[in-house]
Amino acid sequence: MAVQQVAVASAGLGKLKARRRRSWGGWRFVGPFMLVFALVFLAPIGYSIYLSLYRDRLIGGNSFVGLDNYTQALQDSQFWAAFGRVALFLVVQVPIMLFLALLVALAIDSGRLYGKAFFRVAIFLPYAVPAVVATLMWGFMYGSQFGLVGNINDALHVSLPDPLGASLVLTSIGNIVTWEFVGYNMLIFYSALRVVPSSLYESAEIDGAGQFRIITAIKLPAIRGALVIATIFSVIGSFQLFNEPAILRPLARNVLTTDYTPNLYAYSLSFAGQQYNYAATVAIIMGVITMVIAYVVQLRGTREF
Amino acid sequence: MTTAVRSPGRTGKAPTAGTRPHRRHRRRSVTLTLLTSLVAIYSLIPLIWLVINATKSQQGLLNSFGLWFADGQFALWDNIHQTLTYDNGVFLRWLANTVLYVVVGAGGATVLATLAGYGLAKFDFVGRRGVFAVVIGAVAVPGTALAVPTFLMFSRMGITNTPWSVIIPSLVSPFGLYLMWSFSASAIPDEMLEAARIDGAGEFRTFLRISVPLLAPGIVTVLLFSMVATWNNYFLPLIMLKNPDWYPLTIGLNSWNDQAATAGSQAVFNLVITGSLLTILPLLTAFLILQRYWQSGLAAGSVKE
Repeated sequence: MAVQQVAVASAGLGKLKARRRRSWGGWRFVGPFMLVFALVFLAPIGYSIYLSLYRDRLIGGNSFVGLDNYTQALQDSQFWAAFGRVALFLVVQVPIMLFLALLVALAIDSGRLYGKAFFRVAIFLPYAVPAVVATLMWGFMYGSQFGLVGNINDALHVSLPDPLGASLVLTSIGNIVTWEFVGYNMLIFYSALRVVPSSLYESAEIDGAGQFRIITAIKLPAIRGALVIATIFSVIGSFQLFNEPAILRPLARNVLTTDYTPNLYAYSLSFAGQQYNYAATVAIIMGVITMVIAYVVQLRGTREF
Repeated sequence: MTTAVRSPGRTGKAPTAGTRPHRRHRRRSVTLTLLTSLVAIYSLIPLIWLVINATKSQQGLLNSFGLWFADGQFALWDNIHQTLTYDNGVFLRWLANTVLYVVVGAGGATVLATLAGYGLAKFDFVGRRGVFAVVIGAVAVPGTALAVPTFLMFSRMGITNTPWSVIIPSLVSPFGLYLMWSFSASAIPDEMLEAARIDGAGEFRTFLRISVPLLAPGIVTVLLFSMVATWNNYFLPLIMLKNPDWYPLTIGLNSWNDQAATAGSQAVFNLVITGSLLTILPLLTAFLILQRYWQSGLAAGSVKE
């Protein structure tokens, strides 16, 4: 649940309700949250930075190495290969998913569907399914044993390419992620569309605007905030890709290596290789890249067209 | 509140064409409905697959068509029985753990987010801008970057491999904070709080008696979404827990699935599938029953965009 900051920022400080004189009273409400927040957000970030500046050697023990871990990571071909895969994933999967979500949201909002409540709920449901279950299900279906792919091959005497083979596995993961999050993004878009004042559409129709024109001239600009938020969420999600490849691994061990995504790489560095310092460095680099991209998306998205 | 915005506005304006002037005529479209149905089918097929295959034995899974029932076999009850009793009923243990994590983690997250969101929206206090900046800044840091250092910190504190290591990080929901903050700002009139204060009610009493009832749809929304996040959590328990006695359902199911790949143990795919079905049912039910609440809660949250 990362990024609502765009909306927060725009809703934010300007609207401050200064009903009461400044005091410490609000802390009684905000304090408990901030305490836990400091423990599980701020402290680990600080600790991570600390870790990344040290190295644990067999001889000499834990010693300060400055930015050595960073220079090592920036020249690490395993890291960059993993980064390349999630970057490709981001560039292909995210636009497809968001576009699909947007189309569905517009369709439901248009009021021209039969059974719109059904669609809203049915398409959202996969969001409530754990990534583990989603991946297991799709993994079974992809499988050649009792999967649908195997069934189709047998029934039609064809041989479809293996969805878990080297050339298709990233696409197959993209399909799982799309399945999980289309409905969620649809709901974000739909919630934003619902609060567009209908008087805007009326006057546009009086001016003779067609449906397509209403969508491009009114609806899309009106939900720009939601589009930006959904994009940032998806960027973060792609860069953190872990569950799906990790759970599919037993089905495709040769393809889904332990350094398939940066997150898997950091995970295996720390828990298989005990290289905590280097893992922290990799995580920080991914964090910085994510923040930069999120920031760029936000700048571009909130700028006037 | 959105319905108020959407419902017909000024009457008596430009009497167009005789019919109700401000309702856009919404001819329902069969084509659009069919197109949207494709997405709905895509969303539902894996779930249908899951239900169908939960009725098959391990043998039936291997030799029947994936999207239809196995001949002369309905092993659902048997599968459920086996799932619940396999390995001394460990599934029930995992279920109990998950419920514990959800009740304490998601419940706590909702309480903290509600208090803090209310505090930020309705009090002007020293350090308010600081809270704002810190939360927004930290939220952009990907969870991965936090996972390893959190694990190391918790391991020093001696709480890895205990329920606390899963519960404490679940207590913070920045998304919940944002939602409750924007919801409080719009749902609670300041005049009401003023009146309560003039009557001499304490801040917490005012909060419980006046604000909480007004915040109900927002609270239900935050609760549902934190429940999903906790119930579906995989990465966090994966690194924190080694002892199967503390596993939540997600980790447990995946460990069953991995059995097939482990030498010397039997494949229990029928249990993985039935277990998956049992795992997703509670959340799907909660979402369906509480639709009205979370949909209005989300819509109110997006007013602020």
